[in-house]
Amino acid sequence: MTSDVRLVDMTLRDGMHAVDHQFTPEQMAEIAAALDAADMDVIEMSHGDGMGGSSINYGFSAGTTEEYLDAVAPAVNNAKLSVLLLPGIGTVEDLKLAVEKGADVCRIATHVTEADVSQEHFEYLEEFGLEATGLLMLSHMAPPEKVLEQAKLMESYGADYVYVMDSAGAMLPQDVTDRVSLLVEELDIGVGFHAHNNLGLGIANTLAGIEAGAETVDGCLRGLGAGSGNAQIEVLVGVLKKAGYDVSPDFFGVMDAAEDVLLPMLTPETMPELDNDSLLLGYAGVYSSFLRHTRRVAEKYDLDPREILIELGELGVVGGQEDMITDVAARMAEQGGAPAEADD
Amino acid sequence: MTVDAAIVGPGNIGTDLMYKILDRSESIDLQRMIGIFPVEESEGLQAAQEEGIAVGTDGIDSVREHADEFDLVFEATSAKVHQSNAPVYEELGLFAVDLTPAAIGPYVVPVVNADAVIGETRNINMVTCGGQATIPVVHAVDRVADVEYAEIVATIASKSAGPGTRQNIDEFTQTTAAGLEQVGGADRGKAIIVLNPAEPPITMRDTIYTQVPDTADVDEIRDSVADIEAEVQGYVPGYEVTLEPVVKDQDDVAFDLGDSVIVTTMIEVEGEGQHLPPYAGNLDIMTSAALGAAERVAAQPADASPIRRAADD
Repeated sequence: MTSDVRLVDMTLRDGMHAVDHQFTPEQMAEIAAALDAADMDVIEMSHGDGMGGSSINYGFSAGTTEEYLDAVAPAVNNAKLSVLLLPGIGTVEDLKLAVEKGADVCRIATHVTEADVSQEHFEYLEEFGLEATGLLMLSHMAPPEKVLEQAKLMESYGADYVYVMDSAGAMLPQDVTDRVSLLVEELDIGVGFHAHNNLGLGIANTLAGIEAGAETVDGCLRGLGAGSGNAQIEVLVGVLKKAGYDVSPDFFGVMDAAEDVLLPMLTPETMPELDNDSLLLGYAGVYSSFLRHTRRVAEKYDLDPREILIELGELGVVGGQEDMITDVAARMAEQGGAPAEADD
Repeated sequence: MTVDAAIVGPGNIGTDLMYKILDRSESIDLQRMIGIFPVEESEGLQAAQEEGIAVGTDGIDSVREHADEFDLVFEATSAKVHQSNAPVYEELGLFAVDLTPAAIGPYVVPVVNADAVIGETRNINMVTCGGQATIPVVHAVDRVADVEYAEIVATIASKSAGPGTRQNIDEFTQTTAAGLEQVGGADRGKAIIVLNPAEPPITMRDTIYTQVPDTADVDEIRDSVADIEAEVQGYVPGYEVTLEPVVKDQDDVAFDLGDSVIVTTMIEVEGEGQHLPPYAGNLDIMTSAALGAAERVAAQPADASPIRRAADD
């Protein structure tokens, strides 16, 4: 590989949040083929919350992990095929399935302070020779030194890369620089960065991460993804080329994949945009995939989604706690709207 | 009748269990606390001595040595240790209440199946904290409306998740899911666990989703859940339903529900704070459930009791 930065496309994974996990296996295969033809480095696929994420809490997906892998694996010939697993949601059983179906990379995600729940999963990947990446979710919630401590744990478990994940799209460029540069300095493995666009900084933060030494970054076609979406990957390719970086994906190829293949599958309702609710995610520091669940719950309880998101941010909820949306909304509805103690 | 008991494993769980027995149990008479380290090196054994409880420091050898003092053992060690201890308990005629994930005996949730299981076996397993907290609700729904699928989300404070849980988190999800099916009565079960590091630590909370036919009577479900809440509170005082069953139908979700609806119930477990902090409801419910199960062993009529002394007499 001669490129300077590795690009991971997650249209078929983080992008699944935007479509409520309803891509069909056939749609996934079509998008994967277009990305593969455009020389994408890594193509990630699974339920938005990782393998095993298909559930009432996160939403059932249109297909099973097995159906998605069966459809996508044959469509990926040049790129590496990646899957995601969140310990506590998916298990080693899901990893076995991914190994059997030909995944090349597995990314293991934990909350930024809880890396030690991932040890058994990294050990399994090592046993089967899969490339392993550790993802520290909601990295904005911990200071750089804490992120480093947890990244070192993942390194010690056998991770090949570790990512600073801005899962809430809550970081400013300096926050990215502080975390990524410390990890680059202190770790022997490669560092990655994953952006959400909730504060309109998806591309800017990704660039800041690369300038701080990130070797691998994430994005989605058209900026699909949870909340207001991830870094828009065809834009990222253009920006990086313009900044003088050598990247693998073909610029027109990814543009065509975005506009000709993905776009016809979306509706105005599933195309993420930076609207008031998703802006609040970044402002309040709430996990991006809460957005669509919160809108549905807000409608059921006749509440303003922004009030629910602010309250969730104050409670310090973490990824996976989607059930708290109903908890908070039910309490707020009982109290007649916004919580009585809401400040300023 | 009163049952003489020993605790094997004087760690946090064993110590909390000791205080619970001493505080409130009328039918369990704690005779001995057994560990593997000298008393000076074991806070749990020191605590036992302070309470006037005899101790043992040679693990299973201490059990053998003092086996005539007790008829029931609480296993509060680890899955691996219970696997090697269980045959010894069997050989010595001791009834084992297993708080580890070893699950050599059947899963027991006191309000659901203790009475049915206790006469059949001499080794019972306490599932997981998430299982003890959620299976009663699944059972309460299932007895009035067929639960096609049960899914639980257990959220616990990071501080209350010990290294055992962290190094083998899959064991929690897989064991809890099996318990939802085997004891709760769900046709299929799934469990999710989330660790939350917020300070001050959050109280243990669980969300229980049950998918039931859309013909189910919601009032009947609510009454059944309220009944079981009161029953669980009989041995877990800090157990509380925080969201009474609410129904979500096709309009409230983004996936196809067919002819089913989703009933969502939420509970919290606040610990009693004997030894463990009140936020550690996840550990508290395990010790409370183990004591609850042992008390049900004690309550068996003499002719059905699995306790050897009753049979010997």
